[in-house]
Amino acid sequence: MNRTAFDNDAIEAHGLVKRYGSVRALDGLEIAVAAGTVFGLLGPNGAGKSTTVKILTTLSRPDAGNARVAGHDVLLEPVRVRRAIGVVGQKHGSDREATGRENLVLQGEFYGLTGAELRRRTGESLERFGLADAADRQVKTYSGGMQRRLDVAMGLINQPLVLFLDEPTTGLDPEARAQMWLLIERLAREEGMTILLTTHYLEEADALAAQLAIVDRGRIVAHGTPDALKKELRGDTIQVELANGEGVAARAALARVPEVREVMLEGRTLRARAQDGGAAVPAVLAALEAHGVRAASVTLARPSLDDVYLRHAGRTFRQGDDDRQEVAP
Amino acid sequence: MTPVRQTWQVSLRYLRVIARQPAFLGIALVQPIIWLLLFGALFKAVTQIPGFAGGSYVDYLTPGVVVMLAVSSAGWTGMAFIEDINGGVMDRMLASPVWRGALNLGSVVQAVIQIVIQTLLIVLLALALGAHFANGAGGVLILVLVAALLGAAFASLSNGLGVLTRQRETLIGAVTLVLLPLTFLSSALMQQSLAPSWIGTVARFNPVNWAVEAGRSAAMEKIDWGLVASRIGLLGALVVLSAAFATRAFGTYQRSL
Repeated sequence: MNRTAFDNDAIEAHGLVKRYGSVRALDGLEIAVAAGTVFGLLGPNGAGKSTTVKILTTLSRPDAGNARVAGHDVLLEPVRVRRAIGVVGQKHGSDREATGRENLVLQGEFYGLTGAELRRRTGESLERFGLADAADRQVKTYSGGMQRRLDVAMGLINQPLVLFLDEPTTGLDPEARAQMWLLIERLAREEGMTILLTTHYLEEADALAAQLAIVDRGRIVAHGTPDALKKELRGDTIQVELANGEGVAARAALARVPEVREVMLEGRTLRARAQDGGAAVPAVLAALEAHGVRAASVTLARPSLDDVYLRHAGRTFRQGDDDRQEVAP
Repeated sequence: MTPVRQTWQVSLRYLRVIARQPAFLGIALVQPIIWLLLFGALFKAVTQIPGFAGGSYVDYLTPGVVVMLAVSSAGWTGMAFIEDINGGVMDRMLASPVWRGALNLGSVVQAVIQIVIQTLLIVLLALALGAHFANGAGGVLILVLVAALLGAAFASLSNGLGVLTRQRETLIGAVTLVLLPLTFLSSALMQQSLAPSWIGTVARFNPVNWAVEAGRSAAMEKIDWGLVASRIGLLGALVVLSAAFATRAFGTYQRSL
C-alpha cells in the first residue's frame, strides 16, 4: 500500500491484530479516516470496535500491525498522540465524587494547562455543554445525559485534532441521545474536527457519519458512505402482508413479475426486492389480483444499514450482537 | 515543574474526598485507639518482666501503634485505583499525557497527609493516657516522619497491587494478611530482647520494625542518631523502590488491555 496516499488522513491503521487468549479480537483491521470528517465504526458488541479505539488512543498495543493518529505513530510516539487526541470512553470517565468543574480542571492539568487559560477553558466548556449551573455539584448528582456531556467536555479540554467517541450514546434515554447527536454534528461542522465514533446503533451511524466501516469479527467487512453502502444493495424492499393464508399461490404469482427478484415468504409476509420499488408495486398488485390473492398491506422500504450488515456479515445485526456477547473481553 | 503540579492536583482530588467527609479520618482512628487502650491495658504488666527496659507500657506502645496505623491506613490506598479502573476513570487518565508517576505519587501524598494528621491525634491521645515523650516536639516530629515514610512505601505497594490485580478482595486479603505478622515480627508490642531470637532475625528485614525502632528511639528514649538515620535511610530507599513498582504497574495494566 502506498503510504503517501494517507498523508491527509487523520487516522490510519494497517493490519491491526489483537488477541485475548485464543480470541482474535482484531484480525487484520485496516482503516483510513480523512481529516475533518466523522467516521463511524459500526458493529455488534465484541466485533472489535472498542479494541480498535484502545489501540488508536495508545491505551493498548496491537500484537501486529501499526497505526498513525494525527500524524504520529501510536507505538513509537504515544505521548505525541495523546497530546493531539481527545478520548471519550465507553464508560463514564469522570470522578463521581468530584464536581464537574474539578473534573475539568484536573483533566486540563493532565494536558499541561494551568492558570487563567485553564480557568477560561473550563468556564467556556461548562457553558457550552449546558453544565454551568451544575458546575459545582458532585458528578454523582448528575443525570446520565449530563454525565455524558461532561465526559465529552473533558475529552475536548485540550482542543484535540482527533476525537474518539466510544459508543457515546449507549445507555442514554432518547432525549439525551438526540442532544448528543446534535452536539456531535456541531463539533464536526463548526470545528472541522476529525471524529471517530463507534456505535452499535445503525441509525446513529447513518445520521452522524460521513464515512463508515462495518466491523465484524475484528475485520472491516465493508466501508463507504452510508448512502453508497445502501446503494450497493440496489433497489428497494417490497413487503406484502397477505390477508389470508394464500402464501404459496402469492409467491408463485410474484415469481412471474419481471420487476422483482429474491421473493421470500415468511408466514403471511412476502418480501421481494426491486430495482425501483415505486414502479414495481403496481405490477405486484396486479399479479396478486390476477391470482386472486388479497393483500392486507403493501410497504416499500429503502434498504437500511441493517440490510447492509446482513449482506456483509452474513447474519442480522441482532444475531451478531448475541453471538459475540460472550467472547467480548 | 509539571510533574510536581500534576502530583499535587492528583492529591487534591483525593484530599477533597476526605474534606467532604472528614468523619472518615475519625473512623480510621477507631482501630488504633482500640489498640492503644486495649493493648495498653492487656500488656500493662510486661514492664515488670525482668529485662524490660524503660518506663511505662504506654510509652513503649505509642510508637508501635503509630506505625501500625501507618501500615493499615496506607494499605487501603490502592482501593481508589480499583474503583478508577472499574469506573473508566483509569483509562481516561492513561489516555492523557499525564506523567504516570504523578498518578501514584498524588495518591501517596494524600495517604501521607492523612497519616500525619492521624499520628498527631494518636500522640495527643497518648499524652492524655500519660505517655511521656522524652525528646519533646523534635522527637515527635521524627516519629511522624518515619510513620510518613513507612506509609508512603505501603501506599505505593497498595497502589501497585491494586492496579495489577484489580480486585478489592486481593487488596483486603493482602492488608489483613500482612498487618499482624509484620507487627508481631517487630518490636512494636514487645521488646526484642524478650522475644525469641528468630523473631529478632526476621525483624531486621522488616520495614515496620525499622520504623518502630527509629520512632521509639527518637520520641521516647535517648535518641540514637545512628539508628534513626540508618532506619530513615532504609525507609527512604523502600519509598523509592515501591513508587517505581507502582508507576510501572500502569504499564503492565495497559499491556493487559
